Amino acid sequence: MIPEFGHIALVIALCIAVLQSVLPMVGAQRGNVAWIATGRPLAHAQFLFLAISFGCLMAAFLQNDFSVEYVAKNSNTALPTMFKVAAVWGAHEGSLLLWSVTLGLWTSGVAVFSKSLPNAMVSRVLAVMGVIAVGFMLFILLTSNPFDRLFPAPFDGADLNPLLQDPALIIHPPMLYMGYVGFSVPFGFAIAAMLAGNLDQQWARWTRPWTATAWLFLTMGIALGSWWAYYELGWGGWWFWDPVENAAFMPWLVGTGLMHSLAVTEKRGLFKSWTLLMAIAAFSLSLLGTFLVRSGVLVSVHAFAADPARGLFILIFLGIVIGTSLTLYAYRASSLETQVGFTHFSRETFILLNSILLVIAAGVVLLGTLGPLVFGALDLGSVSVGPQYFELVFLFPMLPLLLAVGVGMHTAWRSANPRELFRRLRWPALGALVAGMFVPWLVFGSVSLLTALGVTIGLWTVIASLIDPAKKLRGKGPRITRSMVAMQLAHLGLGLTVLGITVTSAYTVVTDEGMKPGETVDIAGYTFRFEETLPVSGPNYEAIQGVFTVSRNGAELTQLRPEKRVYRVQTSPMTEAGIKAGWGRDLFIALGEQLGRGAWSVRIQYKPLIRFIWFGCIVMAIGGLVGISDPRYRQRARAKAAADGVTATA
Amino acid sequence: MIRATTFGLLIGLLGLSFTASAVDPSDKLEDPIQNELYLAITKEVRCLVCQNQSIADSTAPLAADLRREIRRMVEEGQDETRIKNFLVERYGDFILYRPRFRSWNIVLWLGPVALMVVGFIALAMNIRRRKSLPIDEDAP
Repeated sequence: MIPEFGHIALVIALCIAVLQSVLPMVGAQRGNVAWIATGRPLAHAQFLFLAISFGCLMAAFLQNDFSVEYVAKNSNTALPTMFKVAAVWGAHEGSLLLWSVTLGLWTSGVAVFSKSLPNAMVSRVLAVMGVIAVGFMLFILLTSNPFDRLFPAPFDGADLNPLLQDPALIIHPPMLYMGYVGFSVPFGFAIAAMLAGNLDQQWARWTRPWTATAWLFLTMGIALGSWWAYYELGWGGWWFWDPVENAAFMPWLVGTGLMHSLAVTEKRGLFKSWTLLMAIAAFSLSLLGTFLVRSGVLVSVHAFAADPARGLFILIFLGIVIGTSLTLYAYRASSLETQVGFTHFSRETFILLNSILLVIAAGVVLLGTLGPLVFGALDLGSVSVGPQYFELVFLFPMLPLLLAVGVGMHTAWRSANPRELFRRLRWPALGALVAGMFVPWLVFGSVSLLTALGVTIGLWTVIASLIDPAKKLRGKGPRITRSMVAMQLAHLGLGLTVLGITVTSAYTVVTDEGMKPGETVDIAGYTFRFEETLPVSGPNYEAIQGVFTVSRNGAELTQLRPEKRVYRVQTSPMTEAGIKAGWGRDLFIALGEQLGRGAWSVRIQYKPLIRFIWFGCIVMAIGGLVGISDPRYRQRARAKAAADGVTATA
Repeated sequence: MIRATTFGLLIGLLGLSFTASAVDPSDKLEDPIQNELYLAITKEVRCLVCQNQSIADSTAPLAADLRREIRRMVEEGQDETRIKNFLVERYGDFILYRPRFRSWNIVLWLGPVALMVVGFIALAMNIRRRKSLPIDEDAP
């Protein structure tokens, strides 16, 4: 019965979403107070029923109800409980339900945390989000119902893909979805503002904390995915430029640009139409990512053509959403621009540069991701686009952008004095340049031009972010506001990530060896001794564990235990790397194939500064958190609430 | 069959099907420069029977064959261009992860350049226009 309850709850949620997308919107357009007032309760009700539906699916997993096809395909009695929970969003149908629940949560969140906004505005936002919800729930119910029954029910399930049986994968999808579904809120605000026809600075102030929240979740989601890929996929890569990664990265790039552009719109009332366009683009790219991942078009264009129902639905939905918003934009956005100026050397210029370059970066990734699909669909020949392409073209926009970050954050609004700025920044910049050229050379013995440039830029961004806080610590600098701290932290994180990426890419040492127990390999000053192999048994897998002792200058450092696992149900072999993590470097061992006579092929890696990549992301996300916590957003909210109260009583 | 479809969907979900990495120490070349070239090329060559994976990372038999073939050519002293030409002639453009500068692929290379040019023109135009507008000093 429980799966049927889940199914019914989903249908009810869909009906509520239909009401939510119509009533509050019509109410707002006609000024009907009663209809406007339906927005918030409908949003909460929709979320409630989605949560019930989601809970029912989870219950089906926890009870091993293999009469539900989706459960039978993605679970097994021997699957540990925490992975049964993760299996709920481990495949197509369930992850779409998670998408919808996440949207429900955001919608409900807007309804709760928007007490200070005019009701008509809120109801329009909720209605726009309702339209999106309708699209997704229809998609689930028509093409991808997770509650479909299977008859006869199998005795046991086909198990969750072993690659996904990992703690990081339990939180990675929810984080990622919180991020890219979260961009539906700025999107909703943008559409609502265009419909209402009033785009004042107030609009940007409302949108900013929502955008930052979505952005920080997306940052963490992407970082978690990268970390997982690093230790789980077995060969120590942390970013593959795979279309699925790009699908999450494009909204992040545009979302980052949007945050910056929103700052200008709020503070100066400038770039209104550009900001709107980015709000539309960020969410459209989220939808596009969903299309790419969900339609099967990535596996092959032909697979898509063979079973086009799912892909076609999202493609049409995507077309409607993007088409409608751009049409609205074309009608409403042109007349918005405030006639206010700034000089060519000002914070405004740098932020404009930032958002243009970020959009170009997203465009480049989009081109490389969609290009092969489009060529394939139009019969222009099949072409592959991989890391070797992206790593090159991504530098076009990224190098100037990263160079500009450190300067831009110290440039005054409206009009800055280049001489004065030069005086202030010349020593830190020179320090970064000298350190960037010589430190890698001293530590690693060699340095290429690009590596020196990367380290210099990373260091420069780190130092630039710390100039003002350092002054403050010595009691000299100007007052630092909460939003400045947020910015400094986020840029500090960016600098750390850039350092990590550059150093890891340039100085990783990899070696593939055939080793027998008792043999040793030396790389990067570390000695790896292969001691023995042990059979190990997990709850739902058998494994062979290699035992390696790592020593440096004769002193034993640690023992690493990489595994080669074979899961009992899905029998493909999995590599579980043995990693010794550290701030300065990771030591990484993966077991390959058995070569016979006790010998194994082994991949050993020394990866300097790789932790900086993810640590930097965490620092960026903390920056986002500090930004949201700025009392400014709530003070104004309180003042507004008080003012509303006065008018209401008067 | 069901499992195959499910796996297909999961590939769709995470886009990654690296079930195990190819670790093949027997592939190593004596000459370090040749070894470097060999590694660089195998990382850029797509495994045709895998889901978005280079032959350097794939355990598929076809990938192993191709690795051997490339190793032989490197050992014979053939240069990168010649080896890649051979691969493209035999398998088409799809084999290389860095599209070659020809036919429709040109779009992939000129696109980013065009974006940069358009972006900077837009930036310059906007700044020029803003410069002539009044800077409102008393805005918040």
